[in-house]
Amino acid sequence: MIWNPNKECMSRDEMHSLQSKRLQKLVTYVYHNVPFYRNKMQAMDIAPEDITSIDDIVKLPFTTKQDLRDNYPYGLQAAPASEIVRVHASSGTTGNPTIVGYTRKDLAVWSEVMTRCLTAYGITREDTFSVSYGYGLFTGGLGAHYGVENLGATVIPTSTGNTEKHIRLIRDLKITGIACTPSYALYLAETLDKMGLSKDDISLRAGAFGAEPWTENMRREIEERLGLKAYNLYGLSEIMGPGVSYECEQQDGSHICEDHFYPEIINPDTLESMPYGEQGELVFTTLTKEGMPLLRYRTKDLCTLMEGKCACGRTSVRMGRIVGRSDDMLIIRGINVFPSQVESVILDMPEFEPQYMLVVDRVNNLDTLQVQVEVRRDFFSDDIGRMLAMKKVLSDKLKSVLSIGADVRLMEPGSIERSQGKSKHVIDNRELK
Amino acid sequence: MRIKQLSVFLENKTGRINEVAKILGKYGFNMHAFSMAETPDFGILRLIVSDVDKAVDVLREANFAVMLTEVVCISCSNEAGALSSILEHLAAQDIFIEYMYAFAEGDNANVVIRPNDIDKCVDVLKQCGCNIVDCL
Repeated sequence: MIWNPNKECMSRDEMHSLQSKRLQKLVTYVYHNVPFYRNKMQAMDIAPEDITSIDDIVKLPFTTKQDLRDNYPYGLQAAPASEIVRVHASSGTTGNPTIVGYTRKDLAVWSEVMTRCLTAYGITREDTFSVSYGYGLFTGGLGAHYGVENLGATVIPTSTGNTEKHIRLIRDLKITGIACTPSYALYLAETLDKMGLSKDDISLRAGAFGAEPWTENMRREIEERLGLKAYNLYGLSEIMGPGVSYECEQQDGSHICEDHFYPEIINPDTLESMPYGEQGELVFTTLTKEGMPLLRYRTKDLCTLMEGKCACGRTSVRMGRIVGRSDDMLIIRGINVFPSQVESVILDMPEFEPQYMLVVDRVNNLDTLQVQVEVRRDFFSDDIGRMLAMKKVLSDKLKSVLSIGADVRLMEPGSIERSQGKSKHVIDNRELK
Repeated sequence: MRIKQLSVFLENKTGRINEVAKILGKYGFNMHAFSMAETPDFGILRLIVSDVDKAVDVLREANFAVMLTEVVCISCSNEAGALSSILEHLAAQDIFIEYMYAFAEGDNANVVIRPNDIDKCVDVLKQCGCNIVDCL
């Protein structure tokens, strides 16, 4: 099923012309309303009139997460405060959180794109749908919520937590659709087992999973254990929230709502545009946003873009699975982890050398984080109890800083590989294919 | 009365004990006794070697985390109940043993003890007529 065939199945020529018109309008809008963009464009000697087609987008400046932090809280907002009706914020584990303001029209667009996703998953107004993303500053909960209402299905705002109660609701209210993180879906399946129930006791048939990277193996397991069809749902708060792209029944890449979010793939080192089919960093321009429109926002997500009409009938560009990150941020069990956070803890403890390695793996579909540190010679003790206590202090500090548990391994001094030049602090053994 | 024991920090990794043995062998240090304490990720190798101060130098040179720990070494007869009679004296005087290891050879057995209070331990062992050895 297709919610908005006019847009989702538009001919490529029409889409090109729509995107070109919207980009011109956007550039004029930000030039006059956001000093950050006006200054950048003036420094690059570009005026809004120089943008006559979507192909001119390569002339425009990029926007990074750091730019959002530097302009905290409202520096990149284009609409006047009186027009902003809602604000969301990213977790902000390092530095300032990212604040995103939405106008009434932004929220309408968000509901529209989210409804396209749900329709592609086969959800209709006959369905009862549980939104199990967190409700609050995080965009997941409310973003999905208003999409379900816009579609006309019944929304059950379960949010996260109290999993047994959630499963009873899924069973008793005959909930047919669910949106949550893929790891929470697996946790639901485990809890179902523990409660002595199985997929035959519930009526789930479609799930929208996103907010963290996942694999085909996880998809198979979720589908098998919950008895539903599992679809990818992609989004990021800086651009909108969930609903930026979605899988259709073909499950061959996620269709991007490119009449609102224009995608590009760039080489993260040279910043040059790359052709379809090549892997690079995904970049989005918010073609229609009013609250906080962004030009060429670097998502740091690595993937490929595919063009060509899909068997489902949609003509939009599709993105492949996210295969990694172009910066060193790790997403572990849905939590953003920066190696610099681990570094600051280790540098604070004289017991350890300023050398460390993060080893990330996925065991039974659960992300694991191991932190290897070298014990300083002067702090080595013949007393095992004292060594274990040292290890525990580090574990506890890491847990409080990262909000996830890490398995600390004490290593011999000099045993962690020293690299020439840019030091390597992460080994990610997860295979996201 | 006291012996300097060499403690080496090792990762739990195939071949690490041999690295230590190889270096000691290369420089001609003989190992008289050793024991290995382990946790899931690391272990502590405890050694009694000839010329311990020089052994520390060569191991540090090879980047090992090494420290010296004072232990007491006693010799007792290799027969049932011999160790127990000694340990009873230590326990009676409230001396806590952090760890110990032993090896027997013919009629004699040597026991390396790491007590919480080494001075008191030596006194108690002397008083009960135990044979404390100065080197292995």
